[in-house]
Amino acid sequence: MTKEYKTIKTELRLPYELAYGATWTRFFEGMKEKKIYGTKCPKCGRVLVPARSFCPRCFVDMGEWIEVSQEGKLVAWCYTNYRYFGMPTEPPFIGAQINLDGTDVNFLHLIGGFDLSNFDEVRKIVKNGMKVRAEWKDDRNAHIMDIRYFKPL
Amino acid sequence: MGRPVAIIGVGQTYHGKRMDVSYPELVREAVMAVFKDTGLSPEDIDGVVSGTMPSMMEGIALTHFYLADAMQSAGKPIMKTETCGSTGVSIAHTAYYWVASGLADLILAVGHEKMNEGDSQATMTTVAEPFYQRYFISGAPGVFSMQSQMWSVRYGISEEKVRDAAAFISVTHHEDAFDNPYAHIKMKVSMDDVKNARIITYPVRLLDVCPNSDGACAVIFASEEMVKKLNRKPAWVKAVGYRGDEYFFGDSDKAVWESAAQAAKEAYNQAGIKNPRKELDVAEVYNPFTFQEMLFYECFGFCGPGEAPDLVLKGTFTRNGELACDPSGGTLCTNPIGATGLIRVAEAALQVTGRAGAHQIPGAKLALAHAMGGVDQFNGIMILGSKL
Repeated sequence: MTKEYKTIKTELRLPYELAYGATWTRFFEGMKEKKIYGTKCPKCGRVLVPARSFCPRCFVDMGEWIEVSQEGKLVAWCYTNYRYFGMPTEPPFIGAQINLDGTDVNFLHLIGGFDLSNFDEVRKIVKNGMKVRAEWKDDRNAHIMDIRYFKPL
Repeated sequence: MGRPVAIIGVGQTYHGKRMDVSYPELVREAVMAVFKDTGLSPEDIDGVVSGTMPSMMEGIALTHFYLADAMQSAGKPIMKTETCGSTGVSIAHTAYYWVASGLADLILAVGHEKMNEGDSQATMTTVAEPFYQRYFISGAPGVFSMQSQMWSVRYGISEEKVRDAAAFISVTHHEDAFDNPYAHIKMKVSMDDVKNARIITYPVRLLDVCPNSDGACAVIFASEEMVKKLNRKPAWVKAVGYRGDEYFFGDSDKAVWESAAQAAKEAYNQAGIKNPRKELDVAEVYNPFTFQEMLFYECFGFCGPGEAPDLVLKGTFTRNGELACDPSGGTLCTNPIGATGLIRVAEAALQVTGRAGAHQIPGAKLALAHAMGGVDQFNGIMILGSKL
């Protein structure tokens, strides 16, 4: 039998205050008003959501703000059924990439609005390519979770 | 390419849950192994490159300081290279650049992680910023599940077929690990075991996922002059390729994964490889998830888009197949993340020098090593050959 050696239990807790800057601030203020904002790149013409201050490909300042559709198509998803320390979303949940109508990238959020407890039932409901629409919380705090989830139409 | 560079020796720890040693002791085990392998000693080394996954995996920042003694780096230049899951290949690239530049002749590269000392998924999730992506990605399994799911739908691969092929990969890699003395997970699994295992992040189940491993790997990179002087059997660096995507997961197409394809293309151009499936003898593909391994086969041009599951089920990529992929059991069976990419490089070096022991692919002359990192953001490749 191998000998068990001692261990030490320790923990790190550090406070942070991250600056949003003007663009994220405006995006999250939109969330409070039940609006999803994107920005259009003047060079490549892509509509990116969430809104950005600059295009990650063209490296130019984004100009035009666009209130994008709250409906879109499910591009990818995964049903999560495990947990880790400090997990910010309570499992089970479905993380998803959603292509909001008229945008050129995928928006990351949750799919929900139905019973998630039985995976076999979930599998019958969730299909790639299905249409989904944002469902908003009543109590909104200018936060990404002001959208409760995207619900299948 | 700069001047010629070769790997002249490798050392690995016995990977697993290593609560029998402290973190520096674990690292020293790999460093001692590479010195034993090469007959060199610390005073021969010109510089040290170290790397891990994000700090806080073990609750200690800048671990290359903590591990300096274990790497015998006092009195030498030391660098840390950190690119998340692809760290191990990036360490190898850094060591390569250093020797290729002519500024050093012998560089010690060390990758290390002690995954069991912290909460790996909680740590990895901090790679995603806390105001948008962190709520949705559910650690590494969530990201790679979404990607694999997107890929199979894109190419119209039936759920049953992709499930069968992923299970086949799990079964064969778990078998392979028995012949690798350093592998972490050594267990017999059947197709049914994999297909009925607990869902972690659908479609990924427990036996489709790598373990949390403690481990370290050390590799010595040498100039041509040193290879001759030391009379070592070299694994020559034939090519390096590295590419990244934009930061946000939704900003680029992960089903046709450009950073993986372009990293491979860059490496193939340098090495003069036209048909990788034919010309390569071994590929150590970074495969923490069975499903994702198939996507890499396609990105690396081992087959066309959507073709991987059929070829997997035919045995094309098994140890006796046309192109042996992960004969070591791969990342699926052993994943001390900061070391993992460097283990891929070390395994490739062992293969092309005929020193891989029970999992040697007979006559292997050209091998690819790969690692991937971030929220599906980075891919790195190194190609090693038995001839300059």
